[in-house]
Amino acid sequence: MMDEDFAQGTSLLHHIDSRIKIVVAFFLVGIIAVTDNFTVIALALAVSLVLLTVARLPVTLVAKRLVAANSFIFFLWLTLPLTYGGELVYQTSLFSISHEGIILSALITLKTNTIVLTIIALLATSTIASLGHALEGLRLPGRLCFLLLFSYRYIFVIHQEYLRLSRAAKMRCFQPATNIHTYKTVAYLFGMTLVKSYNRGARIHQAMLLRGFNGHLIPLTSHRMNRNDIVFLFMGLTASAALVFLHFT
Amino acid sequence: MLELRNVSYTYPQAKSPILHNLSFCVENEHAGIIGPNGCGKTTLLHLMVGLLKPTEGELFFQGEPVTTKLDMYNLRRQVGFLFQSSDDQLFSPTVIEDVAFGPLNLGFAPAEARAIAENTLKNLGLTGFEDRITHKLSGGEKKLVALATILAMRPKILLLDEPTNNLDPKTTSRLIEILQNLELRQVIISHDWDFLSHTTTTLYKIDHGHIHKCEEGHIHVHRHIHKAGDHPHVHNLK
Repeated sequence: MMDEDFAQGTSLLHHIDSRIKIVVAFFLVGIIAVTDNFTVIALALAVSLVLLTVARLPVTLVAKRLVAANSFIFFLWLTLPLTYGGELVYQTSLFSISHEGIILSALITLKTNTIVLTIIALLATSTIASLGHALEGLRLPGRLCFLLLFSYRYIFVIHQEYLRLSRAAKMRCFQPATNIHTYKTVAYLFGMTLVKSYNRGARIHQAMLLRGFNGHLIPLTSHRMNRNDIVFLFMGLTASAALVFLHFT
Repeated sequence: MLELRNVSYTYPQAKSPILHNLSFCVENEHAGIIGPNGCGKTTLLHLMVGLLKPTEGELFFQGEPVTTKLDMYNLRRQVGFLFQSSDDQLFSPTVIEDVAFGPLNLGFAPAEARAIAENTLKNLGLTGFEDRITHKLSGGEKKLVALATILAMRPKILLLDEPTNNLDPKTTSRLIEILQNLELRQVIISHDWDFLSHTTTTLYKIDHGHIHKCEEGHIHVHRHIHKAGDHPHVHNLK
């Protein structure tokens, strides 16, 4: 669960300041999300493929992520062409396939894959920790950044705690069924996980206070912007601007 | 140096105090504290670092009462506290970030903090752990790294809450060696008599809300035969 598969690397993209990557990703993904112009999306896809090549990520792992994303898209293809309506390209007494439905499905498929690839190339090449600090550097509220960093650190622990409780239930022959006893037990499990997580949160806060925490996380590795960062920012923004321009013409 | 004077503590919604008119001072010694579960050992340590406020009585540090936030900050930068559960203590993604967290808070520059952290890890024989992911460490490794996060702040007093819980004999003896070589005052809560006999010079017992110094000579190392090979065992206490 949530191994930072792509974060370790030595490519140019891995060395770019996370703040810059977040800004570029924000614009690129924003444009891809709102446009319905196939040329714009195709160009954005090309940009994301270039980024991916620069990041030198393992192809099979990237493909696996794409398969995961496209498994949701698969269901769109099952329903949208049949239900969207409009000009029909194929018709039987049972069902009909619409032209607009196919176009829309294709659009969504292209958009999703482009966005996933862009995010893998730009954001997954940073560790969550460095993204958290970068967001703080971009003046996002400190609390939100804490929330990101600590969720990442403790989601495993909370999950393990839940598994421990559910194992304990299983060891006493608990078998889920559709009855009040099951609902009650599951509610207890969730409730107990919540209480435990809350208590753990309180203890972690204590541990931080004892080590001189005063509400501000100081990053250990401070990244200084260098020429590569500036050039990358310029290129990223230019590409975004070009896509916007294309969208409106 | 660190002293609780006539302190009582009652947990909210509890009928009777868990600690009652208790005085305890960390002298120039390695103190062990024993007592049954739920007798207030952890509560005592929490009172000593201000995580809990005494219902009655006062906390003194270096002869001065601890009243303001600044007093508390000064106390906490010199008193280290090793929690029972290392998962509560290690919250950064990587080991080096966690160990450097304290020094950074003390105002060291990132490069200095990193150097301190690396040095601390080296002293504990944890070189090479810098970029390990904290939640993927084993229980014993977590405990030693948690100790490193505290020692990196160079405290004068070290409080340890059941440090040998869930440690295997090998890690326990490694911990014993580390603690024996640390030149700072220590207060150790434990149920492990063997461990206490190796790491402490004075033993205190908490009983019905009071603390007593145990008579001298009760802690000792002796030679004996283990009935079950070298398996961990409990000594007959009486």
